[in-house]
Amino acid sequence: MLIRPKEGILDPQGQAVERALPALGFEGAANVHVGRLVELDVDSVESVPEMCERLLANPLIEDYEVLAVE
Amino acid sequence: MKFGVVRFPGSCDEVDAVLACEQQGEAEILWHGDRDLKGADVVVVPGGFSYGDYLRVGAIAQFSPVMDAVAEFARAGGPVLGICNGFQVLCEAGLLPGALLPNVELRFVCRQVDVEVANADTPFTRQCAEGDVLSIPVKHTTGRYYAPETTLAEIEERGQVVLRYAEDYNPNGSANGIAGVCNAERNVMGLMPHPEHAVDPLTGSADGACLFASLAAHAAEPAAA
Repeated sequence: MLIRPKEGILDPQGQAVERALPALGFEGAANVHVGRLVELDVDSVESVPEMCERLLANPLIEDYEVLAVE
Repeated sequence: MKFGVVRFPGSCDEVDAVLACEQQGEAEILWHGDRDLKGADVVVVPGGFSYGDYLRVGAIAQFSPVMDAVAEFARAGGPVLGICNGFQVLCEAGLLPGALLPNVELRFVCRQVDVEVANADTPFTRQCAEGDVLSIPVKHTTGRYYAPETTLAEIEERGQVVLRYAEDYNPNGSANGIAGVCNAERNVMGLMPHPEHAVDPLTGSADGACLFASLAAHAAEPAAA
């Protein structure tokens, strides 16, 4: 699961990274956002969205995306 | 009257909370693994780093057995006060509107702030007057209050903003300078500042005591709230 700060919510962590990149000579990086990755093994991905809704993400402030690998 | 103060693994302000409560009545620690609220008239969810703050602050504590009992107590109208991490837990549990995000400066802040009483008609502030300025410390990294625009408008409209940082004191970028909010029924409140660390003039301010005194008065005579 990829969990990201919701669009439009101030993401100071992303901004701090965005400011740090040019300091290292990497120009042109914009819209930097920092989220997190949750990995797990499950028999069926059916229950994963509910896991995200109830625990792994806070839907008020975060969006999530389920990336299933067989 | 009796206060129950929750202790999660990682709580660190529960002892100060008990001391603050004991100025007003009895107080007992409630262990996170128990569902027993031990007959408490008021529940305090204290500050700290419950369950290591893993995943998100307050995210895992909301599912502890004691929080089941606290949610049931709150739904029945029992007064619940969440302080700092306790505020985060109550938001995650859906007992309060909104969420707490990392401070806008991304730094831990630890300082004395002035907060204004925005609503004195709650069980938490009835011993204060609207507009009173309280000097109370904050100490947190994740204290920026956030709620979607529509929710913000609703809570402002309904008088659910109980405490607001005084001008120039907002330490974390909270929306509308919100330091403390309550639910629509006004029996659950959360705040980022630590009133339990401001109950003795020896430590700089005793302004926080009015919240605990308000709760004790409410427990003695709920109808007057």
